[in-house]
This record gives sequence, C-alpha cells and structure tokens, in this order.
Amino acid sequence: MYAFDLERPTTLADAQAALKSDEAQPLSGGQTLIPTLKQRLAMPEKLVSLTAIAELQGITKEGDTLTIGGATCHADVAADGSYPALSALAGQIGDPHVRNRGTIGGSLANNDPSACYPSAALASGAAIVTDRREIASDDFFTGMFETALDEGEIVTSVRFPIPERAAYVKFDQPASRFALVGVFVAKTADGVRVAVTGASEGGVFRWAEAEAALSSDFSPAAIEGLTVPSDDMIGDIHGTKDYRAHLVGVITKRAVAAAG
Amino acid sequence: MTQVKMTVNGKSVSGEVEGRTLLSTFIRDTLGLTGTHVGCDTAQCGACTLHVNGKSVKSCNMFALEADGADVATIEGMADADGTLNTIQQAFQDHHGLQCGFCTPGMVMTAAALLKENPSPSEAEIRAYLSGNLCRCTGYHNIVKAIMAASGQDVGQIAAE
Repeated sequence: MYAFDLERPTTLADAQAALKSDEAQPLSGGQTLIPTLKQRLAMPEKLVSLTAIAELQGITKEGDTLTIGGATCHADVAADGSYPALSALAGQIGDPHVRNRGTIGGSLANNDPSACYPSAALASGAAIVTDRREIASDDFFTGMFETALDEGEIVTSVRFPIPERAAYVKFDQPASRFALVGVFVAKTADGVRVAVTGASEGGVFRWAEAEAALSSDFSPAAIEGLTVPSDDMIGDIHGTKDYRAHLVGVITKRAVAAAG
Repeated sequence: MTQVKMTVNGKSVSGEVEGRTLLSTFIRDTLGLTGTHVGCDTAQCGACTLHVNGKSVKSCNMFALEADGADVATIEGMADADGTLNTIQQAFQDHHGLQCGFCTPGMVMTAAALLKENPSPSEAEIRAYLSGNLCRCTGYHNIVKAIMAASGQDVGQIAAE
C-alpha cells in the first residue's frame, strides 16, 4: 500500500483539527475504505481514525427515538434490538468479522448503491447528525457514492424515529453479501415509506407509487401490478436491469408481509 | 513511524509501525507469528481472522495502529503451552476439518468467536457464521462437523453433502 499518515484522536475536537488539511479523510471501520486504498482508488495523504473516540460510540433510546453513534459497529446495532427491523438489517451486513469493524456512519457516508443501511435511514426518515449540522435522510443521499456531506464532515450520530411496523428484506448477492436488491418498509402514523437499495444507478431511492398504495392499504396485495421503470436500474453480471426492476416489486411485497 | 503496544496471546508486545502497516503485517512480520495467514489481502477470505478485544476481525483489513492498547488473540494462543490442542483444534483433527490447512487458522478463530457467542449452534448457524471464511479446498462439510463436535453436539445429524 502507498504511504500515508494515520492519526487516531480520542476526541471529536482533535479529529476535526486533524481533518483541517485538504488531503485528509476520515477512517471509520475501514471495511470498504481499506480495500479501496489497497487498489489506490482513493489516495488521501492522511487518514483520521474515528474509532477511538468514545463520544461517537453507543446506542441510546429515548421514547420512540433511537440514536446511534456514528462509529458504532454493525454487530452492536444487531445486538441492540430496540428497533428490531434495524437490528435485523445490521445482522445481515457482510459477515461476522466485517460487522465487528464496519460502522453505521461509515456506511452512510460511503453510500454504496448496494449497501443496506442507506435504505433503513431513508425509509425510517432518520436524521444524519454531523459535527456541523443535521441532515434529513431525504436530503442526504445525492447519488451513487455521493452524499450531502462536505469534505472532512463527520457523521457523529444517526437518529431513527422507531416506526409502528417495519421490515427489511434483502435479496443478497451471495459472493459479496451486498444487496442485489434490498427493500426497507416503515409504517408510521404519517404513512408508509419504502426505500430500495441495490437496484438503482442513482443509489438508494424511495418508491413513491408503492408508498401511496401502501399508505391506504398496508398489504402485499396493494402493490400487485406496480412496477418501477428499468431504465435507471443497475445492469451487471449478477442481474439485468429488467431483473432488478422485477425484484424490486417482489422484495417489496415480501418486506410488507414481513412487517405484518 | 509510531510506537504501538498491545497484548498478544497474553504477552505485552510493542513495535514501530507506519500508518499503512496492517495488523496482519505487524503480527506476521514484526512479531513473527506466522500462523495468521494472509490469503486474499482484500478482506474476503478470512484466513487472517484473529480476535481484537474478544471480537473476530480480518487483520488484513485493519491498521496495526488501530489495535494500539488492544488485547489480541491469534491461533498461536489457542493450544496449551505444552502443545496440547484445545477443544476446537482437536475437533478439527478428529473430523478432518482441514485439507491443505491454509484457511484453518481463520476457521479455528472464527469457530472460537462463534462458540463464545452461541455455545450450541445449529448447522445453519455455523454455516452462516462461516460466511466470511473461504476454504478453497471446499472442505466446508468437515469444518462444520468439527465445530459441531467442539460444541459437544452430536454430528451424526449433519447430512453428507
């Protein structure tokens, strides 16, 4: 691997100071970033590790709101259980070793089009809290591997309103264990939100037609016959655009059934 | 270069590392503990699995600096000081849970992490937990059997595949 500096601050203030230089980048669990560095697809001069900062760790529940520190690993979210659909999603990411290192803040900041967490944040209407501001999930995901985050901005926590009912169903690509298509549905007093990951060239998206249909009738039958256009779908060796568009309907129905 | 200190298999160790030094490199090259294998170096095969503060991680996908102050366990710490194999290692030998043996250190460390979390896993739970560990000899069946046996369960129920 090419040479770079690695700092490991123990406070958020020290991390912010270390990230002031132009060529510095935050490093969270590193489960995507380290392989990316090895391939030289990213070449920052300095990495600032966020995993030794106690204030970025941990999970707290107040009323119907679950707040997860940005550097909390997937295994801790999987074990928490206060928001069962979210814990179930975290327990399906990667493999056990990846879940012990990978973090929620890192996953959201990377916004891989096939990652699981973006669908949970978007369907739940979560707030992504950074060291500078708070960003609504509807404004956070701006495209494949693109987010509203500025250079050096740190995801300090993610605040999830816990819905009345929710479920995540993942049709996984068995070699990578990423979602070929993953759908998160969340039902609240305000209606139903459906977020789809793995399918679109634009990254995670809300399926408005399904949300409207499910808000008046929360059952798999309500979305029978609804389809998403295949033009913007990802087409690759694992599945064509049409195949993914078809899967979106199938997996959404399964998610609604699972949410009961 | 930065000085790191950690506990490895109960012993205090230290060494100089660069920012880019992987934990697997520090363990193998600086400490000479070459039981931890590097297979793919892309965090897919799990041969480099060891434990950091009791949690299994892929050591090729973590920087040595990030383990500063940590308690690390590697395959070399599994057997007793006199070389007597521990329960999991003995079960791998008894059930022929290895062919070429390259993936075995990672498999044993993963099995140890699983049995700590779940002392009596089902066959499906064992297979799911091994999802991040590849055996290119495809000897999974006997690995699953060995882990089942190490947990003290009957292995007769595992169908031959």
